[in-house]
Amino acid sequence: MNGPHDLGGQMGFGPVAPEKDEPYFHAEWEKRALGVTLTAGAMGAWNIDESRHARESLHPADYYASSYYEIWIKALETLLKRHNFVTENDFKAGDAVDPAATPKRVLRAENVPATLAKGGPCDRPVEGPARFSLGQRVRTKNFHPTGHTRLPRYARGKEGVIDAVRDGFVFPDSNAPGQGENPQRVYTVVFSGGELWGEGADSALEVSIDAWESYLEPA
Amino acid sequence: MSHDHDHDHHHDNELDPMAARVRALETILTRKGLIDPEAIDVIVDTYETKVGPRNGARVVARAWSDPEFADWLKRDATAAIASLGYSGRQGEHMQAVFNTAETHNLVVCTLCSCYPWSVLGLPPVWYKAPPYRSRAVIDPRGVLQEFGLTLAANKKIRVWDSTAELRYLVVPQRPADTDGWSEDKLAELVTRDSMIGTALAREAA
Repeated sequence: MNGPHDLGGQMGFGPVAPEKDEPYFHAEWEKRALGVTLTAGAMGAWNIDESRHARESLHPADYYASSYYEIWIKALETLLKRHNFVTENDFKAGDAVDPAATPKRVLRAENVPATLAKGGPCDRPVEGPARFSLGQRVRTKNFHPTGHTRLPRYARGKEGVIDAVRDGFVFPDSNAPGQGENPQRVYTVVFSGGELWGEGADSALEVSIDAWESYLEPA
Repeated sequence: MSHDHDHDHHHDNELDPMAARVRALETILTRKGLIDPEAIDVIVDTYETKVGPRNGARVVARAWSDPEFADWLKRDATAAIASLGYSGRQGEHMQAVFNTAETHNLVVCTLCSCYPWSVLGLPPVWYKAPPYRSRAVIDPRGVLQEFGLTLAANKKIRVWDSTAELRYLVVPQRPADTDGWSEDKLAELVTRDSMIGTALAREAA
């Protein structure tokens, strides 16, 4: 979707504000927000792509007015409702009122180190040869799906070069709406600054994205 | 373990709406038996005390010291980094990109906040915020200047937009006058920002 999250090349947000000796958390609630998000995710009811899509589906005005942990929490509430773990009644009461769906698992404290250490690898075997090869010129598709995609707007319909042929990975566009992992090979595609930004672009700039095979066509 | 107790980890002003909102959410999920609040404590402790940019600094210092390791890191960063004990969440698929005399590397995630947690820990606020995410791909030199880094106009900039599940670690150039330094001493020169690409490694004092 052409959502508020797709920020590459947008203007008007002002300078970057690096903070000296920045703490990991700026408030106690941010710690709990991180932990609630991870432990709720560990229930296994949604995948990382559905989670990202819930965040980018916030109203743009809300998205831009929210800090990142706020975005996480707002999206988490959507996911919990969608998957019948929490109801409007629960939220209104600020307490457990209605029954909840049964989670696949509950992440207990003693299992946290192993779970974090394991992570969630997204590479999957794919059959057949890679469609594109190192050094090949390709063009990204120009599309505007209403659902989740990981092809940013600034890099659509652009010509670039295959810089790396990667493994197969879970395809976010179908995984986010629960239509299956449908793994595809991923490629790192590099574009010149001029191809992306045209007139006045930095001639010593190159930008790469990681693109699933179906995002690409031969140039 | 009982989940019916109030969990005593909240020190925020009760009037802060986000603090109240997150506390309510944690309470609901805990009382329904869906989450273990003590698991949250362990997660927070992990990213406050165990997993952070010191991990990445060890990787870079090893690469500076050991050409065979550097070569491995170039070919298979996931395995090379795992050999030092750093792997797992948001570091499952790693690629190391090496700064050279000709090219400076910079990492961004324009679509969300993808970041190599296993080697750098949790991302700083600026990395997740719109100014950096919007401008790193169109005006990286301007962004670097806001970090106090001015690159020569003819120095190539390669920006890596982390749009898939690969996570990028920048290996900055080894500072001059560090011949014979131990890995521990070298690691002190490797800052978090130098591994994102918004800074160079510290100079030898």
